[in-house]
Formats: sequence, C-alpha cells, structure tokens
Amino acid sequence: MKKKSVSSDIILKNGTKYRLDNQTLFLSGELMLPVVPEFIRKVLKRIKLQKSGDFVVNLDQLDNIDSAGVTSLFYVKRKLGDAGFRLRMEGGNETIVKKLELFKPEKFDELPPEAKIGFFELVGTGVYDFFTSYFYGFIQLAANIFYFAVADLFRKKVRRKGEFANQAVLIGVNAVLIVVFMSFVIGLVLALQSAQQLRNFGANIFIVDLVVIGMMSQMAPLITAILIAGRSGSSIAAEIATMKVTSELDALKTMGLEPIRFVVVPKLYASLLTMPFLIVLANVSGIAGGGVAAYFYLDITPEIFINRMGDVMRNKDLITAFVKSQVYASLIVLTGSFYGFRVVRGAEGVGISTTSAVVVGISLVIVADSILGLLFY
Amino acid sequence: MDKEKVIEVRNLAASFGDTVVLSDVSFSAYKGEVTIILGSSGSGKSTLLKHILGLYETEKGEIRIFGEDALGLDEDQQLHMYMRMGVFYQNGALLNSMTVGENVALPLKQHTSLPDDLVDDIVNIKLGLVNLEYAINKFPSELSGGMLKRAALARAIALDPPILFFDEPGAGLDPISLESLDRLIIDLKEQLGMSIVMVTHEVPSILRIANRIIYLDKGSVVFEGTLKEALKCDVESVRQFFSLLDDVDKAKQA
Ligand SMILES: Nc1ncnc2c1ncn2[C@@H]1O[C@H](COP(=O)(O)OP(=O)(O)O)[C@@H](O)[C@H]1O
Ligand SMILES: [Mg+2]
Repeated sequence: MKKKSVSSDIILKNGTKYRLDNQTLFLSGELMLPVVPEFIRKVLKRIKLQKSGDFVVNLDQLDNIDSAGVTSLFYVKRKLGDAGFRLRMEGGNETIVKKLELFKPEKFDELPPEAKIGFFELVGTGVYDFFTSYFYGFIQLAANIFYFAVADLFRKKVRRKGEFANQAVLIGVNAVLIVVFMSFVIGLVLALQSAQQLRNFGANIFIVDLVVIGMMSQMAPLITAILIAGRSGSSIAAEIATMKVTSELDALKTMGLEPIRFVVVPKLYASLLTMPFLIVLANVSGIAGGGVAAYFYLDITPEIFINRMGDVMRNKDLITAFVKSQVYASLIVLTGSFYGFRVVRGAEGVGISTTSAVVVGISLVIVADSILGLLFY
Repeated sequence: MDKEKVIEVRNLAASFGDTVVLSDVSFSAYKGEVTIILGSSGSGKSTLLKHILGLYETEKGEIRIFGEDALGLDEDQQLHMYMRMGVFYQNGALLNSMTVGENVALPLKQHTSLPDDLVDDIVNIKLGLVNLEYAINKFPSELSGGMLKRAALARAIALDPPILFFDEPGAGLDPISLESLDRLIIDLKEQLGMSIVMVTHEVPSILRIANRIIYLDKGSVVFEGTLKEALKCDVESVRQFFSLLDDVDKAKQA
C-alpha cells in the first residue's frame, strides 16, 4: 500500500513534489542546481519501474529553471533513450521555453566525436613524434647553437657585453659551494662504505685507489653535471620560456637580435668554461672527503694518502674528465634551451618546460656518462 | 594613386596545423599614415602582424615592405629590414634582466658603433619623448602598466624607424593615458613622418589617429579604406564595430 503511493510521486528532500500520473511527470516549483542531482537520481529510478516506453514531462506548473535544470532534463531524456524509453517535454511558460532553447545541450551534439586512440597507435605516434619533432628539433637547435657559438667566437661586436661574465657567475661561481659540499659527502661515504671490506682483506691502502679513481673518472664529473643540470638547466629553461611567453623573444628578433645568439650562446660559453673548474673542485673535495674517512677508519695518514694518490692518478682521467665536462655542459645548455623554446603559451607552460628540462637534462647526462664510460674505459 | 606604399600584403594565407587562421588577406599601408587593423578577438590580427614582421614562416602569399620582397631576405637583408622597423608589443616585452635605459640602448649598442655617451644621449631623448626620463635606471618589473608601454615605445623608436608596428597598445590603459599615448603617436607621424600599422580595439583612439582601416573577418579582409569610408560603410561587422558610437549618442540623449 505504501509502495503504491511512493511510486506515483517524486518527492525531493526539500519538500518539492513532482506528480507522476499516467506516464506524465508534472514538474512544479523550481528545478534548479541544488536539487538537480537528487532529481536525476529519483526520476531515473522511478521511470525505470514503469513498463511502457512513452513519457511526457509537463512543464506547465514549473516556475523557474536554470541551466543545470535544463541540462538535467535532456540528460534524463538521453539516459532513458538508452534504456529504450521515449521522453517528450510539453508546455511551460514563455521563460521556461526560452531557457530550454538557450541551454539545450543538443546544440553541441553535432561536434564530431573525438577519435579513440588505441594503445599501439599511442605508442606509435609517440615514437614518431619523438623522432620527428623532438629529435629533429633538438638536433636542429644544437646545430644552430653551435653555429652561432663558433661564429661569434671571432666576432666581438655581436657579443653582449658583460653577459658572459654574468652567466659565468650564475652558472659556475654560484654553484661552487653546493658542488664542493656534495662531492665531499659522496667521497666520504664512498670511502666509508668500502672501508670495512678493505680492512677485512688487509688492503687498507687501496682505499686511495678506490676514492681517487672513482672520483676522478666517474663521480666528480657526474655529480657536478647533475647538480648543474638541476640548477642551471632549469633556470635556462625557465628564463627562455618566460621570454617566449612575454614576447621578449619576438622583440629581440624584430630588433634584429637572434635570440640564440643573444641568450643561449653566452650561457653555453659560460658553462663550457666553468664546468671543468667545477669538476676539478669536485675532485679535490671528494678526494678530501675520502681522505677524512681513510684517516679515521683505516688509519691512513694524509701523507700516505697523498703519496699513494700520486701513484694512482692517471693523466687519462684528466682528459676524460675534461671531455665529459664539455659534453655535459653542452647537453645541459641544449636541453634547457630546447625546452625553453618549446614552451606553449601561458605561464603554466613555463613550469612544464622547466621540469622537463631538468628531468631530460639529467637523463641525458647519465646516458652520455655511460657511453663515455664505455668509450674511455 | 601617388601615395607611396610602405606595406603591401597579397593573398596571404596562414594556419596553425590544421586550423586556418588567415585564408586570403590582401591590403596596403601607405607612407605617413596610421593604418589600423581591426577584427574581433581571435580573427588573426596578431598572426597577420607576425607574418609581416617575419616571425612566422609564410608559405602562401606575398609581403612587400618598403617595396622589397620581405619573404626572401637573407640574414643581412633581414637585419637591415629590422633596423628600419620598430615594434611595440602588447605588454611591452621589455627584457626583464635589463633596466629601462639599457633596454632602449640595446638596439643602438648592438647595431651601431656610436660612442657610449652618445648612445646615452639618444636614450635620454627617447625616454624624454615619452616622459619617462626619471625611470631610466628602473627595472621593467618596477614600472606600472602605462609606464611599461611608454618605455616599450621609447625602445621601438630607438633607431628612428620609418615604420612602427603596434599590437594592442591600448589594452589595459585608462582613457587618459590612452589619450596621451595617442598624442605621442600623432607626433611621431606628423613630426617624424613615421608610418604606423596598429592593431587596436579602442574606438576613441581609432577616431583620433586612424587614416586607414583594415577589417579582418573570417580569415580575409572584409573592408579596406579610409576612416571616413569605414564610418559610413555597410559591411555588417564593420558597422557593428562602430555602432558603439550610436550607443554613446543614445546615452547622451537619454
Ligand atoms: N602559436 C599559436 N599556435 C596555435 N594557434 C594559435 C597560435 N597563435 C594564435 N593561434 C590561433 O590563431 C587564431 C588567431 O589568433 P590571433 O592572431 O592571436 O588573434 P587576434 O590577435 O586577432 O586576437 C586564434 O584562434 C588562436 O587560437
Ligand atoms: Mg592579438
């Protein structure tokens, strides 16, 4: 008995009652955003209890409706359509009819459906895009940057006065502290972790070989590059991206100044020049860190350490480190400017570019490190 | 016609990927005149300007500036071209890492071998023209919107270019500052004989400065003619644009 009375009306929590009578739903009062979710839920549930497929929504008693209300009606209609019901709207005063017309979502139904992209297509286009747009763009940018870098080496006039020194400070000098500190810690930990094993074999003195060779041929260049990629790769990307977003790059071009030459080349010079020095500092400090560990854990005095170091050091490592410094510096500046120039409009694009520049910059440095490691083994 | 063309665009088409922005644009701008490019938002005015400025690759159409083919320039010719045009960007586009003075001096220092103190003099004069001498050592981030625009104008005219381009100089300016900017533009035109090509929506400013109107709609030019012709013209979109004036009249009578 109770069931019967419920099934004939739709009652919303705020007391609004919509009468359902003989396949016709009489809306009354208001159908506005606050009640829409409940309305949709209850109407769908109720109508689906019915058997026959034709329904009418009568709007004569409806006083007010908003865009959410209108869309909810069409939503219900579509949902019921899917379930095999047919729904029709009738009546309504002038404003209601006008609003129905104004907010009718079917206007937008004609938009072509977005093509669904399958997994393989996604992978395929991804790889294709990478090679056409990224890889090719990257190589092209690299070619441009190095062209201007070499050309401007001998043309004093086109250079921007003071910018090289400025960048050398920003990229190189300001990074000294962090590079020195981090390599010291790494040298120390490297030595500490090997100390126990070496002592077991009574091979204490080899701690020197381990620290010196490890730092010089591998750790120092890598730590420096990763730190610089994080510090300067990001700031290069952010600077260029911001300049692009605010049309500063366009302004440079129309003043007859090539942005690569004006913005990127001084940074490239600065990092090519400062990176080797940073690596030297990283070596000194890392080996010092190892020395401290050796002194406290393996009783190797600084004198012994330095003597042994003289025997262990190889000239080859110096050359390797220099080559690495130049490769890493170029990669970092390149990735930074590549993502800077690629920024799509808007401020959030700057953030995305910056992040990509750091992630890709560090990855490229590590890849290059393994390749160079194999080459110079 | 005996007027000299400074810019001539013929059948220019432009698109971004698959979206066609300009389908067929042709118009001319004349020496010593202010040419205004109109069109609703997104109609491709900035895109058109960037093609003229050589900032985008142009695949279809013809652009002549000072009678020279602007599309087939080599590096030196392009530089020579850029030294003869000044560009004013919407939000100034001053280099943020340099002071206002350094910004204005930049083209002078890069492209001429003038002695430094002479460059300083020129910078002072240009900043004086826009009433901004006092801000010479300020950084762009320390300036208000109106000041930024004036500084950008000073930089655009650093090399005394015969032609000046503006992209929406009035956006975000109060009517009083806008009027003084317009007066500056008229001075540049009349006293220095500069030709000016400008994108703007500001009707009052158009009435004050325009000689010639180009109206862009759906990728092509739907109206090209003098300001007077534009005010009388019956192309729907142009009429609608200037109907603002009728509204003013109505409001006055009411
Ligand atoms: N760099 C771009 N990449 C993709 N689409 C763009 C780019 N710049 C402009 N557009 C598109 O081209 C159309 C015209 O833009 P624009 O020339 O800026 O218009 P206007 O300056 O007349 O307001 C717009 O639809 C805009 O979305
Ligand atoms: Mg624009």
